[in-house]
Amino acid sequence: MTEVKLPPIAEGVNKANVSYWHHAAGDNIKEGEDLVELVTDKATFNLPAPASGILKEILVNEGDEVKVGQVLAKVE
Amino acid sequence: MRNTDTRALKMILDLGRIDYEECYMVQKTFVGKRRLGEIDDSLILAEHNEVFTIGRTGAMDNLLISNETLASIGIKILRVDRGGDVTFHGPGQLVIYPIIDLKNAGKDLHRYLRDLEEAAIRFLDAYSVSGERVYRKTGVWVSGKKIVSIGVGASNWVTFHGMSININCDLNFFSMINPCGMKDVEMTSLELAGGRKIKMADAKKNILKSFKGVFGIHNGEYNYREAVLA
Repeated sequence: MTEVKLPPIAEGVNKANVSYWHHAAGDNIKEGEDLVELVTDKATFNLPAPASGILKEILVNEGDEVKVGQVLAKVE
Repeated sequence: MRNTDTRALKMILDLGRIDYEECYMVQKTFVGKRRLGEIDDSLILAEHNEVFTIGRTGAMDNLLISNETLASIGIKILRVDRGGDVTFHGPGQLVIYPIIDLKNAGKDLHRYLRDLEEAAIRFLDAYSVSGERVYRKTGVWVSGKKIVSIGVGASNWVTFHGMSININCDLNFFSMINPCGMKDVEMTSLELAGGRKIKMADAKKNILKSFKGVFGIHNGEYNYREAVLA
């Protein structure tokens, strides 16, 4: 099981909002492809899948505020 | 000799006048190639036919005219995957899409927004127009009027979308929206602010200079071409 965590995306910024999931739970995903899009100020950031496998669980919804280091999803 | 500067834009692609959607496909192609390391950091320049776009943090209420009116004047509104709210693109506005891998440049999206503002401010300075930042707002203003709009995206640190600068475009279209979601914002253009005629070709030359100053353009491999990708 690999956890998908929010990395730091700007200095001094410790949170972002989830703006779009490119996949749904249960999908087969490939390492490196866009998994979830986050937004902060006037910038969106697409976080890549950390591993290939099945997107087992999505832990945060579109619109949610999330913190750096928070687990957003689990890939198996 | 191979350039080792990791902050150097090596290809400039001037798409001329192009529909927003078509240009978006070109951007995505570039992002894919950049992510695979097949191309270096690049800059795409374009002028779009009239279109409204609304970013991820946008609300449809910020479009002040009805869908019927939009349809009657033949202008589309597109939902797009950049940060920010609603904006207008049209002829006479220079749109700049940097495709840059920020993994080589500090991995800081907000720093990148400030760098874009810096490039715009230096560009305006070439016309003796004084561009200003406004605290906690992204973009560039001249005497309280907005002249540059910014909204970006990144895919695993490779940037897309970017910045639009009003050179001599018809500003009436902005009265149909709350630009960037802000009420009572007044827009201006380089021609209005500078009080003289500006040619788009001249603006393109100057924006490349300012980007060179902020992001670096490596002269040896600098490749300017007026072409649409096949």
